[in-house]
Amino acid sequence: MTAARLRIPAEANSAAWFFLAPALVLIGIFFFLPVAAAMLLSLTDFDLYGIASPLNTRFVGFQNYSRLLRTPDFWLALRNTFYFAFVGGPLTISVSLAAALLLSSKLVRFKSVFRTIYFTPFVTTLVAVAIVWRYLYHTRYGFFNYALSFVGIDPIDWLGDPAWAMPAIILMAVWKSFGYNMLIFIAGLQAIPEELYDAASIDGAGPFRRFFNITLPMLSPTLVFVTVITMIGYFQLFAEPYVMTQGGPLRSTTSVVLLMYEEGFRWWRMGYAAAIAFVLFIVILLATLVQFRLQKERA
Amino acid sequence: MTAVVHHDPGSSARQRDRLARILLYALLVIGAVMALLPMVWMVSASLMPSGEASTYPPHFFPSRVTLDHYVDLFTRLNLGRYLLNSAFVAFVVTASSLAINSMAGYAFAKMRFRGRDRLFRTLSTGLVLPVQVAMLPLFLLLKNLGLINTYWGVIIPGLASIFGIFLVRQYALAIPDEMLDAARVDGASEFRIFWSIVVPGIVPILATLAIWTFLATWNDFMWPLIVLSDESRYTLPVALANLAGEHVQDTELMMAGSVITVVPVMLVFLFLQRYYIQGVMAGSVKG
Amino acid sequence: MGGSISNSRGVRQIRIPAALLALAIGGCAPASGGEDATLRLWAMGREGEVVSELIPEFERANPRIRVQVQQIPWTAAHEKLLTAYVGDATPDIAMLGNTWVPEFVALDALEPLDARVASSRDVVRADYFPGIWSTNVVDGVTYGVPWYVDTRVLFYRTDLLAKAGYDRMPATWNDWHSAMTRIKAGMSAGQYPLLIPITEWAPPVILGLQAGSTLLRDGGRYGAFSESPFRKGFEFYGRLFRDSLAPALSASEISNLYQEFERGNIAMYISGPWQIGEFTNRLPKALQDKWMTAPLPGMEGPGVSLAGGASLSLFRHSQHKREAWKLMEYLSRPDIQLRFYKLTGDLPARREAWRDSSLAGNRYARAFREQLDRVVPTPQVPEWEQIATKVMEHGERAVRGRMSNERALAALDRDVAGILEKRRWLMGRRRGEGK
Repeated sequence: MTAARLRIPAEANSAAWFFLAPALVLIGIFFFLPVAAAMLLSLTDFDLYGIASPLNTRFVGFQNYSRLLRTPDFWLALRNTFYFAFVGGPLTISVSLAAALLLSSKLVRFKSVFRTIYFTPFVTTLVAVAIVWRYLYHTRYGFFNYALSFVGIDPIDWLGDPAWAMPAIILMAVWKSFGYNMLIFIAGLQAIPEELYDAASIDGAGPFRRFFNITLPMLSPTLVFVTVITMIGYFQLFAEPYVMTQGGPLRSTTSVVLLMYEEGFRWWRMGYAAAIAFVLFIVILLATLVQFRLQKERA
Repeated sequence: MTAVVHHDPGSSARQRDRLARILLYALLVIGAVMALLPMVWMVSASLMPSGEASTYPPHFFPSRVTLDHYVDLFTRLNLGRYLLNSAFVAFVVTASSLAINSMAGYAFAKMRFRGRDRLFRTLSTGLVLPVQVAMLPLFLLLKNLGLINTYWGVIIPGLASIFGIFLVRQYALAIPDEMLDAARVDGASEFRIFWSIVVPGIVPILATLAIWTFLATWNDFMWPLIVLSDESRYTLPVALANLAGEHVQDTELMMAGSVITVVPVMLVFLFLQRYYIQGVMAGSVKG
Repeated sequence: MGGSISNSRGVRQIRIPAALLALAIGGCAPASGGEDATLRLWAMGREGEVVSELIPEFERANPRIRVQVQQIPWTAAHEKLLTAYVGDATPDIAMLGNTWVPEFVALDALEPLDARVASSRDVVRADYFPGIWSTNVVDGVTYGVPWYVDTRVLFYRTDLLAKAGYDRMPATWNDWHSAMTRIKAGMSAGQYPLLIPITEWAPPVILGLQAGSTLLRDGGRYGAFSESPFRKGFEFYGRLFRDSLAPALSASEISNLYQEFERGNIAMYISGPWQIGEFTNRLPKALQDKWMTAPLPGMEGPGVSLAGGASLSLFRHSQHKREAWKLMEYLSRPDIQLRFYKLTGDLPARREAWRDSSLAGNRYARAFREQLDRVVPTPQVPEWEQIATKVMEHGERAVRGRMSNERALAALDRDVAGILEKRRWLMGRRRGEGK
């Protein structure tokens, strides 16, 4: 505690708390408190019977967690979530970067028009576009299969085939969210000093070498930020499978959050569902830490 | 003359530029078509007579434009009600989050009080906590407060947001301390300082926050789905998902419902995109 | 559409059990115990709307009783009832989807009705479909009176069946299978004789019941799915897909059932009574004399189907049980049941009502009448919805060839044992207390 801090006048202190109180109270009661309670909840078998009478609830220690690890459906949900995040994430980022590079070219005009168009899918309501895409993917009447028929590809059962359902959802997610990262990349690209490129050109570096030797390294803080944001978002996959496939076929699109929703709010096994939520938290935390660590090592 | 130009080294570069430009535009246009196609088909299919969207080969344009599905949605299926619900929830959340987050964001940026930085760091850890972790106990908490199946059950958890505080704080840091101190010397109350100096200074970020909050609340699905069980209180996304379950056969009707859900957010975005995009950039400045 | 066995309604179905939970915590105003005999009746959806039209006559006959009808949307009904239970604000009578009865019995919210039924002139147990009645019986005690009934039968294209050389729907699995094989032979690629979405639990459960399975064993402590009767039904279910008689489609992939039916892309579909109205309204005129309903075929002869529908139950906390029972008796009278049918299209629970020309003359209703004599309830345990979902999931695994039948059924029994763990613990504790 430094001397400077001790000299703060009392009235400034109380005014500050007046400004902070509404936010802190709300966030404390409706976010941090429930998070702490979730930890406790995950150690009980609180469920429907428990709601009928508290006497029907047992403290079970870490049994929910150990049961989770023994349940194939949980591993499947985890696998699906990783599939979505680790295939969909990099794919989204690549498309975003490509779009940002195109839009940053000095040769292009009407940039803001294209930027707006590319960003539009991001602001749309996920549930609504998921419904639209569900029809686009229709095996018999959908546009995707119709387009494929021109290149002689047989109809794909996009949402009904366990092998295709997740790719179909990934494709939609890429379409829906690449615009957001694209904007961030555009900002990052603008911050790269022009002289670097000029110097490289004089040294005779072609566009590819300039990309790998200048653009990519200069962009790497942005890249880490974008990756972290995208991954955190993608680990929370829920509405797409809820609307498009209900987690099927064969649970191939059941994500961890969808599993938590089903166990917690459909079957009301809230203790068990709380354990699922915590596993999700740990996964997200680890993924975030790993990405920051990688960034630090490179720097 | 032309022959001479061809031998000019600058002209071959210009020609290469032209080729590159054509290629770039081609790629950009293909991208734009792919970005817009689903939306265009949604609008088009919503105007088709029943059954036409389920034909092979697929129709891209309606053979005959009909507004039947929109009429149906508003008369028989109560969509007007859901529209109002969504608007009400989104407006209340937006208005209160503006007030609450701007006050807190300003306090963290400019006010001096004990434990400020530690508190801010603690709060920031909340950014990595997925909201789903809080959902189960939050449900039980709201249940005890009698707020399940009410608008307030949807609204209250969105009133204050860590991200909003973060956004305002970043922006408010740029307000010169001298300005605030001068006002204090003149005897202005802290609230007056906030209202007449700080708020005008942070209007752009408030606009950003407002649009972000509005769109996020409007588009939110999981929490309203959990909290609302009475059909008359559904927000549009929940109602739409519910309709999609019951009216799988009515493709055109579902497209009309999607149009109505998407159009308000599109309008907000198109008219205010400057602020929205500013928010994306601001959020990225400091991860 | 009783909330019981209609499972083609994705989101709605998810939300109903959700409600269940809600119950125990919410607070409500205490029930008004007035000196007037004002009865509170809760009913869902369209039924709640329509029942008001039947009340004036009852009030005229019983001038000292007033009836307040509260209409609740299906989606919120379960939660509302449970919330009311916790807040001691249950109505006197409520309409319950008959798979909900066990849950409310588990909460000890319902009044046993056996004594009242035994002495009633209007509620004649023998006049009800026995399978439907038994959905209201938990551990030998009756907790509800069937109000309307619901089961599953076959909807089919008569012309397509005739083209294959059959003038009526076969009654045994084998004949049914050969009929479909012949229909298939006359179809082009992408067309199928039968549509049973693999995201529905009803078809495998019905086939298991037809083969004599009880689904659960030991008083609902464990699943009986890997035992021989269910396995036979499950194997037949799998054959329908393996022999390409039915496509492995989920309900959400079928964009327009009526169009597919009209185009002859499918020839048979298993569904409930509400579909009579839909088929009549949505199929074009030219097709109206080319479809029919038929009772489900069974393993060796006519098969059983699910007992669904809604019941009227009397709540334990009611202050006016005598008056409430009067209202239940009134609503159970065959003539009132018939009026209710004409208003809603819901099939009457009383067999006597079926003799009326409006029902006896409805050719599409005939199959339901016959089927209702052969209906079996699903197990009377609160966990049934969850178990049913598991049946569907493992059925899908087997249909798609991801697992052999034996492995899928063993896994199903394991999952079900896990779901019922809490129930076993509670039952064990209750027995312990009894000693």
